[in-house]
Amino acid sequence: MDTQEKLLEMEHITKIFPGVRALHDVHFSLGRGEIHALLGENGAGKSTLIKVLTGVFERDEGEIFLEGRAISPQSPQAAQNMGISTVYQEVNLCPNLSVAENVYIGREPGSAGRIDWKTINRKAAELLGRFDLHIDVTQNLDRYSVAVQQMVAIARAVDISAKVLILDEPTSSLTAVEVRKLFEIMRMLKAQGMGIIFVTHFLDQVYEVSDTITVLRGGEYIGSSPAADLPKMQLVAKMIGKEYEDLEGRPAAAAAAGHGAKDLFLRLEGAASARISDVNIDIQKGEVLGFSGLLGSGRSEIARLIFGVDPIVEGDIEIGGRHAAVREPIAAMRAGIGFCPENRKSEGIVGDLSVRENIMLALQAKQGMMKAMSRRQSEKLADTYIKALSIKTPSRDQSTNNLSGGNQQKVILARWLATNPDLLILDEPTRGIDIGTKAEIQKLVIKLAQDGMSLVFISSEVDEMVRCCGRMVILREKKLVGELAGDEISEDMIVKSMAGGAQFEPKTETV
Amino acid sequence: MSQKLKQFSKNQIFWPLMVLLAILLANGVISGGQFFEMRIVDGHLYGRLIDILRNGSKLMVLAIGITMALATGGTDISVGSVMAISGAVACSIVDGRLLSGVSGSVTVAIVLALLAGLACGLWNGVLIAKAKIQPIVATMILMVAGRGIAQLITEGKIVTINSDAYYFINGGYILGLPFPLFIVAFAFVVVMLFTRKTASGLFIEAIGVNSVSSRFTGIKVDRIKLMIYAFSGLMAAVAGLIESAGIKGADCNNAGLLIELDAILSVAIGGTSLFGGRFSIPASVVGALIIQSISTSVLAIGVAPEVTLVVKSLIVIVICLVQSKKFKEMLAGKFSRRAVKEA
Repeated sequence: MDTQEKLLEMEHITKIFPGVRALHDVHFSLGRGEIHALLGENGAGKSTLIKVLTGVFERDEGEIFLEGRAISPQSPQAAQNMGISTVYQEVNLCPNLSVAENVYIGREPGSAGRIDWKTINRKAAELLGRFDLHIDVTQNLDRYSVAVQQMVAIARAVDISAKVLILDEPTSSLTAVEVRKLFEIMRMLKAQGMGIIFVTHFLDQVYEVSDTITVLRGGEYIGSSPAADLPKMQLVAKMIGKEYEDLEGRPAAAAAAGHGAKDLFLRLEGAASARISDVNIDIQKGEVLGFSGLLGSGRSEIARLIFGVDPIVEGDIEIGGRHAAVREPIAAMRAGIGFCPENRKSEGIVGDLSVRENIMLALQAKQGMMKAMSRRQSEKLADTYIKALSIKTPSRDQSTNNLSGGNQQKVILARWLATNPDLLILDEPTRGIDIGTKAEIQKLVIKLAQDGMSLVFISSEVDEMVRCCGRMVILREKKLVGELAGDEISEDMIVKSMAGGAQFEPKTETV
Repeated sequence: MSQKLKQFSKNQIFWPLMVLLAILLANGVISGGQFFEMRIVDGHLYGRLIDILRNGSKLMVLAIGITMALATGGTDISVGSVMAISGAVACSIVDGRLLSGVSGSVTVAIVLALLAGLACGLWNGVLIAKAKIQPIVATMILMVAGRGIAQLITEGKIVTINSDAYYFINGGYILGLPFPLFIVAFAFVVVMLFTRKTASGLFIEAIGVNSVSSRFTGIKVDRIKLMIYAFSGLMAAVAGLIESAGIKGADCNNAGLLIELDAILSVAIGGTSLFGGRFSIPASVVGALIIQSISTSVLAIGVAPEVTLVVKSLIVIVICLVQSKKFKEMLAGKFSRRAVKEA
């Protein structure tokens, strides 16, 4: 292999944490003008490898070469000076500063303590213009969508002269249109000769944009190959170390769940909250009802309305044929509803509390403050669900912060299952979760419906919706625009109805 | 046994307790043992330790009240002013200038003073839980206005009273021990039962860690906050009674002046994060005793009054460093490195 061609090489990288070997003899090489996907389940060692590369962790063994020279960055700052920049999933810029300030923070042009605002604003606008981003750079960053913020972060990273750009889960919070835009930018940077490391959970995106794929599993290097030579099935098999067939396609179980279920559980009649109006939906007993739509289409708003997070201001909610006054979550819970919200970290888990406390919380709230569960009861409850959902935690008294995303999600699921709900609303339950856990959650959803529970399932991943839902309402721009049931449900149909033909930007049709 | 000790050393109360013991021990050594001496006069216990307990009772009561507010990530800086209001109400009634119909009944005075404190707390609670005003701003309103209200009640005068029954609140003895200690013990037991035997402790910690998640799990966040601030107001009223019984009157300008800061500091020294989350009432009580024993011992050593505060703040800095996880890690790192070098 000609090392001149290689921009970055990592060889025999080993990283050991107390008690855990996070990386063992891992290889990774990146060429100029290459987009290289780094894949693996949660805990495979992707983040650790990235952190070793960017100097967050010190490696125990191995060597890193950048343009043929051995390097050992001691901090992200040092790595950036060498030309290795990272843009993380959660944009870490300052939302209350202007776009231009964010681009130039820490390296403001000007002299003698004076900052040259004119230059900053002009140069920032120019820079973003090259990314086809024509926005007012004097506005605060948080005025713009997450997608724009991410572009700004990338622009900043590139402007600090990056040779290697690491994109860690950049697409998790973007809509289809925004993802497309991001890919255009990635291709542009690629054409300029930059090497890009792309970490993601979305396999379709991997194939759309990557040249090369490297797979890690359990800290081991599994292999690298050109994306074109690695079919999706094989890739998944490598990632999870088993065959993908039990995930593929639309299982008969999903189709069956909800079919023949004709008992009404909940009905929304012209219901409205502060965020959405005129919602008419029936939810049957024992069905998985999907809310399909793009980000911001109103799917989460309906969920929040049903659960009383956004109180109903107009119309009616009927549960079991009777009018139900659901004005706050506790009332919805008493009516037999549970809700896993979209933002796991900020609305779901209570981070500093233990796994046990997180699991018991909803049931305890439902029972009321005065009827405290005994320590032994709560321990038993926690143990039951840790086992039933195979939550990976060293103990039930572990702080929930220390769990991986997938296991945190399972903790929230456990919290709601403990309340034995009639209707469970799951808003993006598998976002940012590895494939193995994803499949577990999907199976659980279908099984719960078969056991008679009603479920509302919301996901941005269309294939997942197809796999889980027995019936589906389609939302666009905060309006119900269609319904699919049984055999009508296919990726093709969903995307078509979601995009809604001429009304929407033509690009999304092909997503 | 050593297992248990190890477990205990990880408890939130471990370090505060060690610090308290160290301060007391240092006092004992400096005074040549005199510090620990106790005398029984007329069946009453006297001594430095008893002084600390009695004089610290106000702070302990306040710390008990304010801990839960801090645990939810809030704060209550109005407690000093509420003490003044409570004292003003009680003394004005005992004195007869207010509600002369009850002819200075101490019982009525106490009940109404407590109700006044409760009302103040509810006011704070409504501003914070319902109007969603930041706790420090919301309670600052009463902090500033409270002394004015107290002045209105006493018509701008320092009310001095003459009532042995009322003096008993601060100066009385039961079973040889000062009466305020029984008030502290009662408040302590009630709160411990409330937070341990109901789910309120769990809910308060959950709110402190993540109030949005807490609401999404069905916890009535607003109601709990209202309750917490009402309770803090009530405890401030109790402290106000002890204070006014001690000085035998109500001095609206000086009663409980700046004591809110000591109360917050007590909780912080006790290891409860001011960002909210895990809390420990016993640790807060120990924190209050640490502050009181510092004040007492600085005076006992004979430090000039002008520099008392400097000495106090130095000790507080040391305590906060001892509590700081980062500092402990730094220290541990230094020591282990040195050990390696020597080896």
